[in-house]
Amino acid sequence: MADKSYKTVIIGGGPAGLAAASSAVDSGLDAGDVLVIERDNVLGGILNQCIHNGFGLHTFGEELTGPEYAQRFEDKVKERHIPCLLSTIVVDISTEDGKTAREAGREKNPKKIVSAMNKTDGFFTVEADTVILAMGCRERPRGALNIPGYRPAGIYTAGTAQRFVNIEGKMPGRKVVILGSGDIGLIMARRMTLEGAKVEVVAELMPYSGGLKRNIVQCLDDFGIPLKLSHTVIDIQGKERVEAVTIAEVGPDRRPIPGTEETYECDTLLLSCGLIPENELSTQLGVELSRVTNGPVVNESLETSVPGVFACGNVLHVHDLVDYVSEEASEAGKRAASFVLHEGENEEDGTVIPVTAADGVRYTVPSSIRIGHMEDLQRIRFRVGAVFKGASVEIDFNDTVFRSQKKKILAPGEMEQVILKKSDLTGFDGLKSITIRVRKNEDI
Amino acid sequence: MLDVIIIGAGVTGSAIARELGRRDRSVLVLEKGPDVCEGTTKANSGIVHAGHDAKPGSMKARMNVLGSRMMPTLARELDFPYRRNTSLVIGFDDEDRKTLEKLKEQGEENGVEGLAIISGDEARGREPNLSKKVTCALLCRTGGIVDPFLLNIALAENANVNGVQFEFGKEVKEIHRERGGFVVKCADRSMYEAKYVINAAGVYADYFHNLVSGRKIHITPRRGQYLLMDKKTAGFVDATVFQCPTKMGKGVLVTPTMHGNLLIGPTAEDIDDKEGTFTTAEGLAEVLEKAGLSADNLPTRQVITSFAGLRAHEDGGDFIIGEVPDCPGFFDAAGIESPGLTSAPAIGVYVAQLITERDHAPEKKNFVAKRKGIPCMATASPEERKRLVAANPLYANVVCRCELVTEGEIVDAINRPLGAKTLDGIKRRVRAGMGRCQAGFCTPKQMDILSRELGIPLEDIVKSGKDAKILCGPTKQADPNGTICFGYTNAADLESRKQN
Amino acid sequence: MKKTELTCIRCPIGCAITVTQDDDGKVTDITGNSCPNGYKYAANEVTNPTRIVTTTVRVKGGTLPVVSVKTKGDVPKGKMFECVKAINKMEVSAPVAIGDVIVHDVAGTGVDVVATKNVAKAQA
Repeated sequence: MADKSYKTVIIGGGPAGLAAASSAVDSGLDAGDVLVIERDNVLGGILNQCIHNGFGLHTFGEELTGPEYAQRFEDKVKERHIPCLLSTIVVDISTEDGKTAREAGREKNPKKIVSAMNKTDGFFTVEADTVILAMGCRERPRGALNIPGYRPAGIYTAGTAQRFVNIEGKMPGRKVVILGSGDIGLIMARRMTLEGAKVEVVAELMPYSGGLKRNIVQCLDDFGIPLKLSHTVIDIQGKERVEAVTIAEVGPDRRPIPGTEETYECDTLLLSCGLIPENELSTQLGVELSRVTNGPVVNESLETSVPGVFACGNVLHVHDLVDYVSEEASEAGKRAASFVLHEGENEEDGTVIPVTAADGVRYTVPSSIRIGHMEDLQRIRFRVGAVFKGASVEIDFNDTVFRSQKKKILAPGEMEQVILKKSDLTGFDGLKSITIRVRKNEDI
Repeated sequence: MLDVIIIGAGVTGSAIARELGRRDRSVLVLEKGPDVCEGTTKANSGIVHAGHDAKPGSMKARMNVLGSRMMPTLARELDFPYRRNTSLVIGFDDEDRKTLEKLKEQGEENGVEGLAIISGDEARGREPNLSKKVTCALLCRTGGIVDPFLLNIALAENANVNGVQFEFGKEVKEIHRERGGFVVKCADRSMYEAKYVINAAGVYADYFHNLVSGRKIHITPRRGQYLLMDKKTAGFVDATVFQCPTKMGKGVLVTPTMHGNLLIGPTAEDIDDKEGTFTTAEGLAEVLEKAGLSADNLPTRQVITSFAGLRAHEDGGDFIIGEVPDCPGFFDAAGIESPGLTSAPAIGVYVAQLITERDHAPEKKNFVAKRKGIPCMATASPEERKRLVAANPLYANVVCRCELVTEGEIVDAINRPLGAKTLDGIKRRVRAGMGRCQAGFCTPKQMDILSRELGIPLEDIVKSGKDAKILCGPTKQADPNGTICFGYTNAADLESRKQN
Repeated sequence: MKKTELTCIRCPIGCAITVTQDDDGKVTDITGNSCPNGYKYAANEVTNPTRIVTTTVRVKGGTLPVVSVKTKGDVPKGKMFECVKAINKMEVSAPVAIGDVIVHDVAGTGVDVVATKNVAKAQA
């Protein structure tokens, strides 16, 4: 049935997919048993258009631009001779017998059938023991924000504008209003300004920015671009091309406050209002998704609810830094390799400990730990739901505080992590659950 | 001198064009927009109404029932998506039940088949997501849905294949009766002469009618706002769910689209602005609230876009179709509001008959009744996919990943008769950019293809109208004349701005 | 004495740093940083603020119409636009490789501008 067979097929050749691929090979798989499938005609994903610097401090100890960072991982994949299919779209992932893996039972690991197509090979399928989901995310479009008004040209997500400017060498507009202070929006405020556009204002619905602090400083403050928190767009004027955008302040209920309207003449509205993991393929496969992250629910091995299917990078949860994507993806690659090479081993301890988010923590990745599969150190990543100053991140084992870490600041725009030792878990008698929460200072 | 000029390439004008194309006569369609399907037809519910709403004896009733009957055959002939998904008009109390009974009677009088009143539980048996508060419903087995864009496009393409000419960007300004015919003048100073003029100008039909007739008509643009949801919601309802009609229309409906999205709307707001196709916060909120009455747990988080359209509501409340009594040779197809989409095929036949009664043009021997649509990779079977890709590898190159639209389909859309010239044109023909990311990823790729196929620079590509340009020029040209560009040319400027 | 509150941009942590200067502008105290880079940044930022500039340069005959570039080191913040203007005048011929010097000593800053992406020659 399948045209070719692989140990691991990686869906996506962006930063996550590339790191996962080289890590899978470094962990013992033959390069020829690994396949990367990328929908674009180049590897590197969105990094190709992120021409600003700030990538790689964590990974390489130096500040790289997006394309440079991508090139380093692309080189790793090339050095290892890992096959990559470019301009190839995966249309479906299913299991051998047509059942979802969960239906087939956890004991059995049914082969995954990946259906894809491209201009050279046409419509084809490959078979895989394991699949690593690394499809990344997309930007929330205007429609999902229910912004009223006309639907003229000149309304783009920040990422679309970024592609126009940095890859195509074209200007999407000259007078710009930006809604949302996500990092891509902030970066584009600077980028458009440097290319001669005038960025009038950045409006942010929430009372805090969704982007990194340093981007506010060097992308907005440096150029005198105002950031209006608790503001949103309430009207778009212009029937064919954007002619003006009206913003208004919002109250605590996030509804516009009458009388606070301000209209900016402009030809462009850029949107940077959040990223959504692209899990359409995962859903087809029957992977369970988290309602908070919109990404798969995973265990300590970054394995989804479908055995042998792993997830990493922005398809799992939206990251703030690509360095963390690479780190997580390397882990996924390693775990997938180990799944193939050591299947059936490591089963001495079947205990599953749920990891729960509470009090200001929106989610955790992973959301469960099988102690038998745990490595010596286990990283738990999470994000908070509001800005907390001088609060503590608390790890509870069952109902008691296991560890508490004071944090100067916790913000939704930044990903946080705690690291647990395996001995922490095995040394705790009767461990049933782990909870990560934010403890405000006055509570302590 | 031409035989016939049709003003407007919406679904009505295109249906008339297609029917006129059956006989030997010269026909020209003048369209103000850059493409077919640019006015009322581009923003509506996509419903094929069974025909119980219109008053018996009215033109609306007659055309609706005929159109609904024609639709299955037409869909096969012209290869556009159509499905009899049935519809339900729901009621919440005894008063609603009376209304439903009246509707049923009215429908039967209009000749609608397969109407039945069912209980709330029966209705929920068919549609489990219906509100628990629904006590009764009118089941309409002939209710259906259609892709409104493709219906319009298919009619126009087929008309064109049969010799009907279309000119776009032609805004008719003046119509004069001269020498046994009409002189039609456009805003761009072009002039056309024809023996007959057909007015299918949507919300502007009153303007053209009143140019030639002393018996004035008046059309009010009645705005309808909609919300469209992700295909993830497919199956939330299978039938089209209406609420009991009011004076302003058929109320807010909840319906699947032909492509598996969920559509809710419309509002009904009488406005003055014939171009007022903008949504409002109040309108969108109203749709959400009212649609929430029909179904429990409406998946409102899955909204991917919202839009507004204008119905052409004539004061008399009925379609005005036929020769204008005080202006022989001038034919109206005016006041075509809901159920206009359903009625269009019947209006086409009817108006063509009226013309034939006058010109007695002979039937064409080589009339091509059939049209083959663009292949759809997203819905094709694996075998079909393989066959298509083998014939043309471009069918394997996906451009729009949300809707799985390939380069092959987009190239087809551009190169067909009356092909797409704009991003919206591509979207309506093959759905590229209509998915959950709303063209975020594929806009640049579609532009590359348009640029290549049409031989125009990227900067000239528009979303729809001629001023709807996507780009404003290359980068690196900041401050070419030292004028508008570079908001801040030096540090001092920057400092002064920061201090303000 | 003058106190300046800064957000460090050296890395994504974004430390809130306070710099104290005496009346002659000399830095007397820096607090809030969590690494030496932050210290250096803060000291610089109040006396001679600098930035890396990233933008693109036109490419002739390449697979892409523009190639991304960066200043190889920091340039004075006030000279960002001058740098961009100088870079905008340039056009390079494909192929371009990461690290290729595109502009020497941009806008008199003593800093070179280098390519950050490989752009192959377009096939004729």
